[in-house]
Amino acid sequence: MKRLREFGWRAASVAVGLGFLGLWQFVAWRRFVNPVFLPGPIETWNAMLDGFRTGMLGERTLATVQRMLYGWVVASLVGIGLGAAIGSSRRARDYLAPTLEFLRPLPSSAIVPVGIAFFGLSNAMVIGVVAFGSLWPTLLATIHGFAAVERRLIEVARMLRLSRGAVMVQIAFPSALPDILAAMRLGLITALILSVVGEILAFQGGLGSQILEASRAYRSPELFAGVLVLGMIGLASNLALSALETRLLRWRAPR
Amino acid sequence: MRWKGLVLPAGAVVLAEACARIFGIQSDSLAAPSQILVAAWGLLRDGSLFAMLGQTLLSALGGLLIGGGAGLLLALVLGLSPVLTRLLRLPIEALRPIPSIAILPVFLMVFGFGYRLEIANVSFACFWPSLIIGQAAISGIEPRLLEVSRVLGLGFWGRITKIVIPAALPRLFVAFRLAASVALIVAVTVEIALNPQGMGYELMSAQSSLRPEVMFAILLYIGVTGWSVNAALLLAQRRLFGRAGALPGAVPGEAA
Repeated sequence: MKRLREFGWRAASVAVGLGFLGLWQFVAWRRFVNPVFLPGPIETWNAMLDGFRTGMLGERTLATVQRMLYGWVVASLVGIGLGAAIGSSRRARDYLAPTLEFLRPLPSSAIVPVGIAFFGLSNAMVIGVVAFGSLWPTLLATIHGFAAVERRLIEVARMLRLSRGAVMVQIAFPSALPDILAAMRLGLITALILSVVGEILAFQGGLGSQILEASRAYRSPELFAGVLVLGMIGLASNLALSALETRLLRWRAPR
Repeated sequence: MRWKGLVLPAGAVVLAEACARIFGIQSDSLAAPSQILVAAWGLLRDGSLFAMLGQTLLSALGGLLIGGGAGLLLALVLGLSPVLTRLLRLPIEALRPIPSIAILPVFLMVFGFGYRLEIANVSFACFWPSLIIGQAAISGIEPRLLEVSRVLGLGFWGRITKIVIPAALPRLFVAFRLAASVALIVAVTVEIALNPQGMGYELMSAQSSLRPEVMFAILLYIGVTGWSVNAALLLAQRRLFGRAGALPGAVPGEAA
């Protein structure tokens, strides 16, 4: 009975979503908004299918996803490694944390010009900027997670005569993992945004270039198709990381 | 203990200055800290700092008020109507993951360059954290308070103004604070990517005209601005609400 009701609500929500799509189609069809700016959902969908059929859109999507993932993986590895080292040492925290906290509110896109100054308008620049920008959430969350390990767990570890490395791997890391995973999810969104910003500025192909060119040329179906694909990338990466989170955090007591 | 935090930045500045003096760097991408300070003073003296700062802050504030306000309003409505919350779940979950930068070219096509472009994009970005955290704030209200409001026979507006807003205010302020930091970040990002105004644009044009000292000076000002806004809002939160605003666990948000 309860499952049936849950299913009913979900179906109703899908219906509302479809209703919004219908409304959008209606507005576009009756030309309430200038069709130069607003293509209908069907037109957008067709533009996306056409794009994938000719291979252009697929290629650009792949380029953007690659940049996003390369940068994010590097940022996550460096962030967790560096964060673990800083977080588990009181002295390192005292010296480094204030500087890192000052840098936290800095928009990570602000390092794009610095990246261009050093690496020029290149693919390496985009990936470097993505990695640097998505490093912060993971780094700061790892430091916090390692610093906030329950004291009693550390005392137990000391009683068991665990080595420093074993404490970090077996106790501190699992206890920091929820913080780290939440930050990695934020980092992945940041990576996607920075890939697009980098592509817009550096003309390196990818979806960022696609949506900018389409917008400059007033080819709105192509533009909306690009936005649609970017939204789907965002949705897919979010879902993938939530699934990972549930899997990796299964050992925690259900809350 | 506080002096320890200064060791690293001070050391880095001294080292960079020493390197610049000893090796006499003539570079298109690096500048000595003393040159950066001179450039920073120059921006302050000729007033160009205030011009670009004003443009960025105005856009961020406009977007924050529109997008953040709309997000809070929807959060209020959804917080009081479980039916609507369930019905709108799918549309919200489908729209939320769209990165705000992806919408930028759409607004560019509609508005062209200028304040409207930037404010529209900041509004879109501020809407989501404000909605999500606002919803969390309202669902965190003690259910008995809502029962009391029902017993008292308060109408919709009465419930909102007399019960919901006062009870959820500390956490609604958290939503506002996080939306404000998103607003500033997105405003600068829009300026860096497209919009020819504000600090982000000046940062880009300092880079492309090969004046690294100006570029780093503006970067410094952007950092100081973000840090000050954050610090001021955190201070206001502590002064106004004490610990009541603290959210358990990580907070969803978006950064760029």
